[in-house]
Amino acid sequence: MFGEKALELIKELERSAEGIPPFNDDGIRQVLEEMRILCQANFDDIENPTTDPPNYSSVRVRHMAISRNKRCILAYLYNRLQKIRQMRWEFGSILPPEIKSLLSEPEVQWFTSYSKALATYMRSIGDNYGLNLATDVTPPKSLYIEVRCLVDYGKLDLEDGEVIFLKKNSQYLLPRAECEGLVRQGVLQHVTS
Amino acid sequence: MDDSVADVSEHLDSSDNEEFTPGKVLQDIENAWLNEKFAPEILPHQSELVDCMLEQISHMEENMKKLKKGDIRLAIHKMEIDRIRFVIKSYLRTRLEKIEQYTIHILSEDDKKSPEESYLTPGERKFAKEYLANIETLFRTVALQHMPANFQAFEVDKLTVKPNLNSHVFLRVNKPVQGIIVPGTTNDEIDLTAGAQRLIQYQPIASLVKEGAVQLI
Repeated sequence: MFGEKALELIKELERSAEGIPPFNDDGIRQVLEEMRILCQANFDDIENPTTDPPNYSSVRVRHMAISRNKRCILAYLYNRLQKIRQMRWEFGSILPPEIKSLLSEPEVQWFTSYSKALATYMRSIGDNYGLNLATDVTPPKSLYIEVRCLVDYGKLDLEDGEVIFLKKNSQYLLPRAECEGLVRQGVLQHVTS
Repeated sequence: MDDSVADVSEHLDSSDNEEFTPGKVLQDIENAWLNEKFAPEILPHQSELVDCMLEQISHMEENMKKLKKGDIRLAIHKMEIDRIRFVIKSYLRTRLEKIEQYTIHILSEDDKKSPEESYLTPGERKFAKEYLANIETLFRTVALQHMPANFQAFEVDKLTVKPNLNSHVFLRVNKPVQGIIVPGTTNDEIDLTAGAQRLIQYQPIASLVKEGAVQLI
């Protein structure tokens, strides 16, 4: 049936609500191929009709199928972009390699341009005062939070000039503003009791 | 925080008839934040408030440098600044999310307005345009250019997402307004009395939110 491949793409995306599935290059190509075949069939029916008058209803059905395929492909791409956008906010402007491998080349480019546009905007806030909107995501409850370090991270320079070493499996009481980014990257874990 | 804020109040523009104290600015920005958070559509930007508040924060931070380390006031001021900064960032983030979601709609509405009336700041407008252009580029490279010739268009009207203005919002009335007509079955007229709280559709009160006659909560 027409449009099945396209539906497959959407379902695939829907199934992996968490994270992002690898870019389905083959799936996209198959849908595009189906569109091409349908379009050619329509073209033939109009140019050299086997019946008189030409069979408009089958032309119409094919036309609808092509439109639907287009819509599905764009929806697939758009919803992937939403996930990729989310990653910009979670991981910052550099994509982790394991995620990068799941994206197509144009998507990586999109990520870079999105990052750039966002950075330009954030720099322009408040008469070029600049404000990093990716931090302070939750309302601050206290200045310091207790965190457990999950990996051997190494040196961390604090704002007041102190330098501490973050070691695996040890706990620290740190200024919230300074470790928020590390918590989101998964280096530190916020300990809530 | 009054001490350190009072130091900077002279920097503020006080030409308005209305009292324009740092406390008022903070209150205004919190109101703007709540309105923006709960309104389905994007509201006129408040970049003066944001700029003003950011300036104050940097003044407060300057003042804090004079305090000794370990001074109790340091922690309190810092907490206060963190809170204000969260409000500002959350406010701007909410706007960005709306811009990304309703890009085409917002840009086309904005094109009808003069630059002074624009709901977006120049920075936001630039961002919206780039965001749209980036999406179009991706759609074209991956899909559209490989489609049959008469299906290659980037159909703006089909891709437009519009905010749902009929969604319901909670509000508190600041100034009394009479004769609000709620669209729907009975065409009831509603009078809003000052201080009252209501749950109502957004559409009929959209202009009141922008004028400040009601506050979304």
